[in-house]
Amino acid sequence: MNILVILVPLALLLGLGGLAAFVWSLHGKQFEDLEGAGWRALSDDDIRPNG
Amino acid sequence: MSQQDRAFRDLSTFVRPGKSGTDAMDLAVGGIKCAGCMTAIENGLSREPGVVSARVNLASKRVTIEWMRGRNSPDRLIDRLDELGFAAHPFSPRKVETAEAREEKRLLLCLGVAAFAAMNIMLLSVSVWSGNASDITPETRDFFHWLSALIALPTAAYAGRPFFESALRAIRSGAVNMDVPITLGIMLALGMSVVETLQHAEHAYFDSAVMLIFFLLIGRYLDSAVRRRTRDVAGNLAALRADTATRVAADGSLVDVPVEAIDPGDVVLASPGQRIAVDGLVIAGTSDIDQSLITGETRHVPVKAGDPVYAGTLNIGGQLRIRVTKAESGTLLAEIERLLTGAIEGRAKYVRLADRAARLYAPVVHATALITFIGWLLAGMAWKPALLIAITVLIITCPCALALAIPAVQVVATQALFRRSILLYAPDALERLAEVDTVVFDKTGTLTLPKASLANAGDIPPDVLQRAGSLAMGSRHPLAVAVADAAGRPPVAAGIHEIAGAGVEVQIGGERVRFGSLAFCGAEQDGATVAAQFPDASLIAFRQGGLVQVFAVEQSLRPDAAATVAALKAAGLQTLIISGDRQEAVARAAARLGISDFSGDMKPAEKIAILERLKADGRKVLMVGDGLNDAPALAAAHVSLSPVTAVHLAQAAADGVFLGEGLAPVHAAVRTARVARKVMGQNLWLAVIYNIVAVPLAIAGYVTPLIAALAMSGSSILVTLNALSARR
Repeated sequence: MNILVILVPLALLLGLGGLAAFVWSLHGKQFEDLEGAGWRALSDDDIRPNG
Repeated sequence: MSQQDRAFRDLSTFVRPGKSGTDAMDLAVGGIKCAGCMTAIENGLSREPGVVSARVNLASKRVTIEWMRGRNSPDRLIDRLDELGFAAHPFSPRKVETAEAREEKRLLLCLGVAAFAAMNIMLLSVSVWSGNASDITPETRDFFHWLSALIALPTAAYAGRPFFESALRAIRSGAVNMDVPITLGIMLALGMSVVETLQHAEHAYFDSAVMLIFFLLIGRYLDSAVRRRTRDVAGNLAALRADTATRVAADGSLVDVPVEAIDPGDVVLASPGQRIAVDGLVIAGTSDIDQSLITGETRHVPVKAGDPVYAGTLNIGGQLRIRVTKAESGTLLAEIERLLTGAIEGRAKYVRLADRAARLYAPVVHATALITFIGWLLAGMAWKPALLIAITVLIITCPCALALAIPAVQVVATQALFRRSILLYAPDALERLAEVDTVVFDKTGTLTLPKASLANAGDIPPDVLQRAGSLAMGSRHPLAVAVADAAGRPPVAAGIHEIAGAGVEVQIGGERVRFGSLAFCGAEQDGATVAAQFPDASLIAFRQGGLVQVFAVEQSLRPDAAATVAALKAAGLQTLIISGDRQEAVARAAARLGISDFSGDMKPAEKIAILERLKADGRKVLMVGDGLNDAPALAAAHVSLSPVTAVHLAQAAADGVFLGEGLAPVHAAVRTARVARKVMGQNLWLAVIYNIVAVPLAIAGYVTPLIAALAMSGSSILVTLNALSARR
């Protein structure tokens, strides 16, 4: 059961990491326009010939 | 739109100064439908000089543009959007809207936190449950319970606030809403779990408490997202109506300003064919005014210097200078505002289904828990285990399904209405709409199209219509516009000149061709014949040599008006017309729609009186109207709808608006609301059945955290799935 000492904090840290990513994306206005974001992923306009 | 006939537009009120020398502006844009529009707008604007960024929000149909100050102007950017094929109008979000957006963001944040906590605690709980069935040591279990507490307590304190705050508000005002039992359930579950953990017990309910918060937040978030979307679209519609007025500055120059920026005492200019944006007194000019939006009367009223004019009326004849006044007592407007205030106050506070359920539910649940506690004590159990069982009863009955039952349906139904071009502003409008048994229509602008059209097109030779149309193109008179539209907007005749108050004239091959009033064209005789045929129509004539043609222009019924009235009747609803227009005109419209109950010549107060009489007969009235004179009646009715072309005051008094040319949304609204209401009922019954099964188990003391978790998530998913059937 000693493995728990590593696994439990690890699980919590991963979870917290996900939460932090969510909060970051929320404050970065990524949830403002869920409809448009879906289409932007498909758009090729950001590909420029010269990079 | 040509550049010459437009005054300079002052849009500075909409520009937000940004950081590092940029300006930004929000625009409501009409016609954004797909991703293609999005890229077209963004690319088109990005190529403009000085533009730093242009970002379209596809969900709210808005674009935010940021540009280097001085290198571009709002005016120019709007013109550029116009060239790209999109009508845009600057937009400053209202306070309510910003507050709602902030609230939605907070709910989403709470939801994220609750989701994180629920996942992690469930991980620990599953270990404990499987451990309990096999070989977990008490120390490990305690460790897991404490870890759960460490996650659950801060989570509840943070993510549970929307419920706690609402429950506190309800209790302060002496009422009970659904959030009261929710708060109590969460608090008790957490409190008991901490005590149990301290005593090294087998079971703790941290997972139940957090899962409850998670599920309920989903419902809350969906609810607020749909409401915000409705409000966004409504805000766009208001912005795209572009209510601007042309202000005459002291030096005589003309500036187009948003109506909000006009103060009493300002002088504004109203051109022929323009809607007057303000209330005021005419100081110069004479004209005819179409007051149909205000009074329902379709005949035009002559005005001269010194006469009052009202916002929302249409200027037909000549140019007017108007001094802006506030509504004075004794004017039509003041009378309407007085009635409106009365009607809003008189609207009985409607108790929503969810609150009614909560009022019934909370005392029953709390009494059951109390009786359980006393019952076990009487049966000889010690007070501690008895209390434990009583709390379990409260946790298991915590109205997860009940709190989701109604919002979930509301979300689905609102979206269904959205697709059918109906926007409901009032959150309880859906429930009120479902109870309707009588529909009262206004005539002008509601049953009829807001724009006039040619009534006797079938009697006119096509080549005459074409020639008349090319003359009509030279005038902005609404009757002329209707004829020009009917002729398919042909190119305007060369050498045309307007004779004020009479019509337009042109010389073709030495022959004088005229288009205008009957007297101007010498068409009184033909006019009398046409007037007999189309008694509601306004007449305009065309003369070329000996050829005389009279055009009858009238506000025709909406194309699907008769079908909609028939559908409403088939759905068991009684239909009425109450209009401010002349009795004969109303009678003819009623006959064509098959409505036997109608009244014309109605003043706003008389409209309310009819609604009050219907209410006294126990009828639930849906009022559909668009005019200023309808506004008090819209507020007084059980529930009300306005077409999107309605005046501001009417839209504000109505519970919702419908878009488009047709009247079908009125029927769709009632039908969807009835389906939604039925599904809400089903969901409440599902929640009751769940309780009938779960509560006896809890009272008997058989409920473990595992059973609570299964029962809660199971019932929540069940009511959510059932809510989807409100989509029809």
